[in-house]
Formats: sequence, structure tokens, C-alpha cells
Amino acid sequence: MLPTPDTSHVPYNRVYEPAEDSFLLLDTLSSPSETAFLSSRFCSTSPSSPSPPNFGAPLVLEVGPGSGVVIAFLTAHASTIFGTPHVLTTAIDVSPFACAATNLTVRKAVSEAEAEAEAENPSTSGQWTSAIQGDLVSPLRPGSVDVLVFNPPYVPTPGLPAPPPAPLQELRDKTTFEEDSHLLELTYAGGKDGMETTDRLIDALPGVLSERGVAYILLCAQNKPEDVKGRIRSMGTGTGEGEGWKAETVGTSGKQAGWEKLQIVRVWR
Amino acid sequence: MKVMTLNFLTCAVKNCKSSNDSFPLHPKEAELAKDDIEINPQLLINVLPRIDWAALRTTSTELGFPTLPEQPPSPEDLQSDEALLKELHELLMETQMMEGKLVCGHCGHEYAVKNGVANFLLPSHLV
Repeated sequence: MLPTPDTSHVPYNRVYEPAEDSFLLLDTLSSPSETAFLSSRFCSTSPSSPSPPNFGAPLVLEVGPGSGVVIAFLTAHASTIFGTPHVLTTAIDVSPFACAATNLTVRKAVSEAEAEAEAENPSTSGQWTSAIQGDLVSPLRPGSVDVLVFNPPYVPTPGLPAPPPAPLQELRDKTTFEEDSHLLELTYAGGKDGMETTDRLIDALPGVLSERGVAYILLCAQNKPEDVKGRIRSMGTGTGEGEGWKAETVGTSGKQAGWEKLQIVRVWR
Repeated sequence: MKVMTLNFLTCAVKNCKSSNDSFPLHPKEAELAKDDIEINPQLLINVLPRIDWAALRTTSTELGFPTLPEQPPSPEDLQSDEALLKELHELLMETQMMEGKLVCGHCGHEYAVKNGVANFLLPSHLV
């Protein structure tokens, strides 16, 4: 089993603490079936075929990384998960505290993995670029993302919290209890069906994913996953022609009918 | 924030997405830092196909780096041109933008970069 990144430096009073949902993403993305899928999609360059179509190193994005545990895991263990260390990784979060935490979590996980691997192979980790502060995928060029991972605010709530106001967009040593509560609410509160933010992300997928792009989205039972998958499958391709969108459940946790039964849906075309 | 990041960032304002002027964003008052990373030719060869070369040339010039050739190098070029390999390694892999602003050439909006993190959250009147 691949080691889980260290997040002991993360201020959990205002950044989401890794939980069952985070660990389901780690388990799913490092499962034999998903690493096989990802490797065949992004590591076509085998020595036997000298000139395969080269789209270049894939860009892996996590939206809303919080502590950074998931994107740090994907970066540090890139060779195992994607079949190549030649991947670029990044993350976008609305919270400056999550961005700072993520940068540190990734750096720690990469140096740990490099230290471990030094004897046999010096580069098993991907290339971390930086966390970016922003709303979902709004700062990215169209068609730029090859792998997108999203652990959304999925809990059904009466409404959505407001985006962080200007004073909460900057790193500070001291925050008030109310500010911390606001930041934590942003990490879980999903509005109607817990889907208001996830729906915006799904709407943005055809624009931001590359032709070979794939997204992993975490859903809970109350998000009505079957409806969500149906909606994704009926999306236009954006190109008019070609294959449509696929959406399949590739990981689950909490087998009993609890209200927070979780699943990971893989979206691709 | 690695300088390479500028190659896939654009203005967050919806109306700017369709304009060629919104990419690449223009660094302003940039404070740079340099990580010491071992050069990895194969990595650069694999990164290059996903780089928008014209945008990288612009970024390189604007940050005061040497002018890059007009056409992107082929893998063979890179392997035989050690100077260019080193230049690209320094620009793409080692250089970080720590402070400053990123300016949209279409709407003029300035995104602040602090502690190596660019803030693309828009004020409510631009959302």
C-alpha cells in the first residue's frame, strides 16, 4: 500500500481534515483497475513504438484540495498511478489556507517519496506546479486538464455559504471563530441535494477537459448518483461528433445504507 | 508558483475566455525565486508538446529571460542543444513567481500573487 501523505501541519480549525471521502479517493485512484486505466490512457509511450502520438505530459488537477492529501498522494506516487513520473500536477481552492496547506503537503510527500525511492529510481514523483486560489476551474485555459479530481462540498444544506470575502482571501495568522466556521462551511455545504457546486463543476467539464481528459467526482447517496450519471451521459460532446460522455462508479465505501454512503464516479469520453 | 503554470492559466472573467488577449497573462512587478532542481531531459521532452510555445516565448521575454527560438525545438534539437535545454529547464522547472501581479491583456484585471499563490477569485461585479 502506498503511504498516505503527512498533513500534521494543516490547521484543521479552518481547513477540511482528511476523512473517509479523502481516503476513498486515495484507495480508488491507486486501485489496480484505475491505475491500469490511467496508465493506458496517459502512458502510451512504450519503447517498442518509437513515435506514438505525443500529447505531452498530462496535467492533473484537484479542485478543492483542502489539506492537499489527495493531490500530494497523486504527485508523490505518479509513477505507480499514471505509469509515468512525467505528469504535471496542480490544485485550485477558494481558501488561501487550503492553498498554503496543499503546497506544503505536496512538497513533504514528494521529498518523502524521493527519499524512499532514491536507491532504485530517483524520479517516481510528478512535477508539482503550485496551488492556485480560485473558483472551480475558472482560471484555466479551455481543454487544458487531463485528469480532474473533485471531492466536493456534497452535504445537502438549505443554502450555499457566500464565497470568501476579501479579508478571508489572504493568509493570516489569526482568524475569528466566525471566519473559521465560514471556511469550514465552504468545505462541506452543498446546497440543494448537496449538488449546487458539483453541478457547476460538471457543467464546466466539457470546456476544461482535454480530448483524453477524465474526471473523478465523489458523490454521496443524497446527491442521487444515478441521476447525476444519467445527466453526464446526456451531455453534448462539445465537438458535435464522436463519442459521448461516459460516467461509471469506480469506487464505493460504506456498504450499509447510511446517509453518507460514498462513491467515486469516473467521467470520460 | 512555477512559471510553467502561466502556460495554462487565463483570465477568470468569462467574457475574456474567447479573446486571444487574455492569454498568456502578463506578469507585473514579479519577484522570482529559483529552486535547485536536477535537469531531466526526458521530462522536458515530454512536457514540451503540451506547452503553448508562442505564449512561453512571451512569458520568457516579459520575465527578462533570454529570447526563445521562434519555433519549438524537436526532441532531437533538445537532446543536442545543451544551452537551450538548460534555459528551458531553468524557466519551466526551476523558476517560481513568489510575489507580483498577473495582468489580463483583454480586460486589464490584475490578479495578485502572494507567497507564491495567485488569487483568481473575482470581485462580485466581475463574476
